[in-house]
Amino acid sequence: MKLWIPFAAAGAVFVGAAVLFGADWDFPPIDSTQVGFRGTGMVVTQDRGEQAALRLANVPPPPPYEADPEGDRAGDIYENVQILGHLSDDQFNQFMASITEWVAPEQGCAYCHNEENMASDEVYTKVVSRRMIEMTQHVNEDWQAHVAQTGVTCYTCHRGEPVPANVWSRNLGPGQKGRAVGWRNGQNIVSKEAGNTSLPSNALESYLLEDKAIRVHSLTALPNGTNQTTTKETEETWALMMHMSEGLGVGCVACHNSRAFNDWDQSPPQRVTAWHGIRMARELNQTYMTPLEPVFPANRKGPEGDVLKVSCATCHNGVQKPLYGVSMLQDYVDSLGTKTSTGVPDYNTYVPGETQVLKPAQTSSLEPVSGMGDAEKALASAD
Amino acid sequence: MEYQNIFTQIQVRGPVEAGIPLPRGDDERVGRPFYNWLAGWIGNAQIGPVYLGFLGTASLICGTIWFVIVGFNMLASVGWDPIQFIRQLFWLALEPPPAKYGLSIPPLTEGGWYIISSVFLLASVLLWWARIYVRARALGLGTHVFWAFGAAIWLFLVLGLFRPLLMGNWAEAVPYGIFPHLDWTAAFSIRYGNLYYNPFHCLSIVFLYGSVLLFAMHGATILAVTRYGGERELEQITDRGTASERAALFWRWTMGFNATMESIHRWAWWFAVLTPITGGIGILLTGTVVDNWYLWGMKHGIVAPLPDMWPTVVDPAIGG
Repeated sequence: MKLWIPFAAAGAVFVGAAVLFGADWDFPPIDSTQVGFRGTGMVVTQDRGEQAALRLANVPPPPPYEADPEGDRAGDIYENVQILGHLSDDQFNQFMASITEWVAPEQGCAYCHNEENMASDEVYTKVVSRRMIEMTQHVNEDWQAHVAQTGVTCYTCHRGEPVPANVWSRNLGPGQKGRAVGWRNGQNIVSKEAGNTSLPSNALESYLLEDKAIRVHSLTALPNGTNQTTTKETEETWALMMHMSEGLGVGCVACHNSRAFNDWDQSPPQRVTAWHGIRMARELNQTYMTPLEPVFPANRKGPEGDVLKVSCATCHNGVQKPLYGVSMLQDYVDSLGTKTSTGVPDYNTYVPGETQVLKPAQTSSLEPVSGMGDAEKALASAD
Repeated sequence: MEYQNIFTQIQVRGPVEAGIPLPRGDDERVGRPFYNWLAGWIGNAQIGPVYLGFLGTASLICGTIWFVIVGFNMLASVGWDPIQFIRQLFWLALEPPPAKYGLSIPPLTEGGWYIISSVFLLASVLLWWARIYVRARALGLGTHVFWAFGAAIWLFLVLGLFRPLLMGNWAEAVPYGIFPHLDWTAAFSIRYGNLYYNPFHCLSIVFLYGSVLLFAMHGATILAVTRYGGERELEQITDRGTASERAALFWRWTMGFNATMESIHRWAWWFAVLTPITGGIGILLTGTVVDNWYLWGMKHGIVAPLPDMWPTVVDPAIGG
């Protein structure tokens, strides 16, 4: 019987096809750029075809029209304008047109507004949008260590989708919920957040929501008993690094000399920017996303019932500088450049379809309470 | 010219051979021997019979128990979904218990199965090791293979037993899974400041790559002189024929020195066994004696100095 021949041939074809087409290879041509000292292998490689596609996908839309900053203030004309009341009527309407294009181009105004009564807060997405605009202002004002003067807008993450493509939520994975069999210690399944590796699948929660220590290296050659981290913690840090690598479309050496990953003296300045980015994502998840949890309906939450959160990939979308470094903020400095409101409403009191006005206990949309802003800034730069 | 080919050209077929008579007290060999054409490409075309005996049987049973425990834990870790089990097979693993349990026996929900399966794996490997010794002696052979396997077992024991004991917890052991054990290996290197600067790791690589080189040199040399009877290596140790002379001359001409028909096999054996022996020493020292091999390398002058490319970069966690 020579039956094994067709079987072996079929198997070889199947495995060959899987290896060729299933593994997401970077086929030539590939461009490489030296970023470190010669001989260290510090070279950033980019697949030319992939880059061309990314360039096309990362063209920021221009503003719909140029807005006149003169005239009556929006806060005086419209009701329940809590954070954009300082804009002119024209600026306000231009911004509303833009945010519709950025976030809900298909659904239109009704995605956030009751079209019978635009001032009402009864649609939950309006409450969320307001908080997200505040978050964008906060990033642009307080996180320039990460976003510099380029800044961010709603479009940086949303890209014409109501829910940004690269968000995450708690991921416990299958199996292993107190069962006697199947111990995998939070790893050893395909982890999308960790570049499809088998590394710990909940690393984003550890580092971008909680503030688990990322550093695992000892700073002395010999053990002195102070560093208790194990290979396990290293794997979780590595999972975060894989996420950053995939999210930014770069390799380890974009930020590290891989011969001594922890050594700042051998690291390119991009690592400092990334360090601030990790803190920024963590603060946004803690201060902006998680408190919004009561407002979101179940279908806008993760499988474990927690709110969808931001990671590096949410803004970067596979590109080292989001939108290839083009500053959309320049056209929206008045609306998104600085914080215009402080104070957070009690989101637990929100009832969708009923709440007409949801606002902080005491706040003024026109006069930001500067004391709070400084406190937040101090908090942001402290860690 | 047939000897010049890369694949084995000759398959000797005749009545299948049962092997020499066994000493008293030994079991019977099992399985009816048969010829296999594919096996003949890479070795002897005859498959079987196999001597199992007590040690072999016990080893296979223990090994199977380990395999099944690991397999069922993998299956359970994807919620008993057979499709996900196959799709994610290379990602799945049975993980060692967390460090908080130290060297105690953890609950089954948190790595207890890892410890249980490890006991069976250890028994299986040691039984197989003993079997190799007994079988070699039964055939009147030396025990070189036994000691060589012992070298591999040393590395296995360092990774799974000796080092966890010294570090004080079972979490230091290696997960049982395809990708996870590779991730573990790379993360181990990163945690301890780059194993590249561990001199025993260097030695292990020298012996590993050296083994490969020696294997290729020796295989090529013997194939090249088989037309002169060079495959009769052992006779030629004492009775040097033209094959041996030509092979020796070839290497003496090309690199000034040659091994002999005897010494080349000692070269190969030592390079092979020293690979896991030195590697095991390197692993055993990691975390126990040295915590950061890169800094250790700095201290001992084995790290190449680099110019400071980015003098403005400082750790942002310092000073704020």
